[in-house]
Amino acid sequence: MSEKTTVAAVEGLLVADPSAPRLLGSRCKACGTYYFPAEHTLCRTPTCSSTELESVELSTEGVLWSYTSANYKPPAPFVAKEPFEPFAIAAVTLEREQLTVLGQVVPGVGVDALKTGMAMELTLGTLHEDDEQRYLTWQWKPVGH
Amino acid sequence: MSQEVAVLGVGMHPWGKWGESFVKYGVRAAQDALRDAGLAWNDVDFVAGADTVRNGYPGYVAGATFAQALGWSGAEVVSCYGACASGAQAISVARSRILSGEAKVALVVGADAAPKGFFAPQGGRRPDDPDWLRFYLHGITNPTYFGLWARRRMDLYGATSSDFAKVKVKNARHGLHNPNARYRKEVTEDEVLGSKVVADPLHLLEICATSDGGAALVLTSLDFARKHTTKPVTIPAVSTVTPAFPNTVIEMPNLATDSGASSGPPETPFKASIAKRAYDRAGVGPEDVDVAEVYDLSTALELDWYEDIGLCAPGEAERLIRDGDTTIGGRVPVNPSGGLACFGEAVPAQAIAQVCELTWQLRGQAEGRQIEGAKLGVTANQGLFGHGSSVIVKR
Repeated sequence: MSEKTTVAAVEGLLVADPSAPRLLGSRCKACGTYYFPAEHTLCRTPTCSSTELESVELSTEGVLWSYTSANYKPPAPFVAKEPFEPFAIAAVTLEREQLTVLGQVVPGVGVDALKTGMAMELTLGTLHEDDEQRYLTWQWKPVGH
Repeated sequence: MSQEVAVLGVGMHPWGKWGESFVKYGVRAAQDALRDAGLAWNDVDFVAGADTVRNGYPGYVAGATFAQALGWSGAEVVSCYGACASGAQAISVARSRILSGEAKVALVVGADAAPKGFFAPQGGRRPDDPDWLRFYLHGITNPTYFGLWARRRMDLYGATSSDFAKVKVKNARHGLHNPNARYRKEVTEDEVLGSKVVADPLHLLEICATSDGGAALVLTSLDFARKHTTKPVTIPAVSTVTPAFPNTVIEMPNLATDSGASSGPPETPFKASIAKRAYDRAGVGPEDVDVAEVYDLSTALELDWYEDIGLCAPGEAERLIRDGDTTIGGRVPVNPSGGLACFGEAVPAQAIAQVCELTWQLRGQAEGRQIEGAKLGVTANQGLFGHGSSVIVKR
């Protein structure tokens, strides 16, 4: 068992609770448009321009819009595992929010296991770690995987 | 008042990996363009530079850098950055200066000495920067987006890896005799599909490299040009559009799209709006196009462009490549220069290079790759962060 504490790799984008992973966005109180990453200054719908935006947790399930893979090690600031292991990347459309969010697919699920249109759900995974902490990011996985 | 400006001169420094300063490539291209125009550097009263890139951001103020290298002359200057669309922005500003009468002879220059491998953001922790975020949080490179769009074509339209490979085979053949192309070698479909997968379903030979190179244009008013040549090539329109909200297709370098929850998807998706604005401004349409230069960052992306510049309806691009419609000799050849497939990407030079190629095509000077009787061409390109780029060139 690791004694390390777990933290979000970047503050404000996700709730670093592995038992209930959530993405943090915002929603315009006037027109209902969602934003991820959160927008709090001005609603970007040109006909709205409201400054009343509230923080919201985004849907944790969506539909696979498309997918690909990273077969070569991405450059810094990505912290790649050594030796590098290829991974899949998914674009998932959240129905309520009508927005598409990218993210790595969980280790062990390659492109062969994916199909556009399939149901996907949010989870958290370790991006990298140091002596004290594990840094979490969001990942996608097929529902029920 | 005519909205056309003349392309009196064009010039390029060959693309490659030459290991020298981008300034040298830009100066060489500028000198060639001036020679082609029959003008001297001292005739130029406006310089528009397309900024080069250092790790995703403009690292040099290009306009003044080129003006200094050519010899300070007191010419006015502007420098433009719009990622891959930087060149179109420079063309657009130069064109406006000429149309307003504030400039007589404008020199547009873009050049780059690109790093090898994946483009990557600057160092330091910058969580406010979407470009930094996508690399750090998910290892999302530019080819990630190319892969997502390619897979989408397969699942939506039944595109195959063989369709994508055919684009590379065609472009490699087109660029074979282009003296400015970096890669001049025929490839077979099997060789394309036998190269390593970089971003599924795309292979190494389907994703453009990063290159050194430079391109330049001499733009003047029509009246000025007619004193120097009988029938100048002209630019009747430039488009530098941004997306209309909500942009619901995932774009570099973002981690998410806009939300269509309150307004639904836009009437015209961003990529389709880019050339449309140029067509509308020039009073022409896709049916008038004889030749196109589009931004084939990947093989599959070239197919997207066929639809986005209106050569066919969505889902029909595969038929065009299979039938040879976009091959030289076909109905509407695309990327006769060989495209990025043969050049690799020299970011700030690329949109300018597209206009160089169309100018040679319309003058009948595209040796070894000439499209007979071409009278109107269109370029299309798109820069990171929402920069559209399209230029209409006609004769």
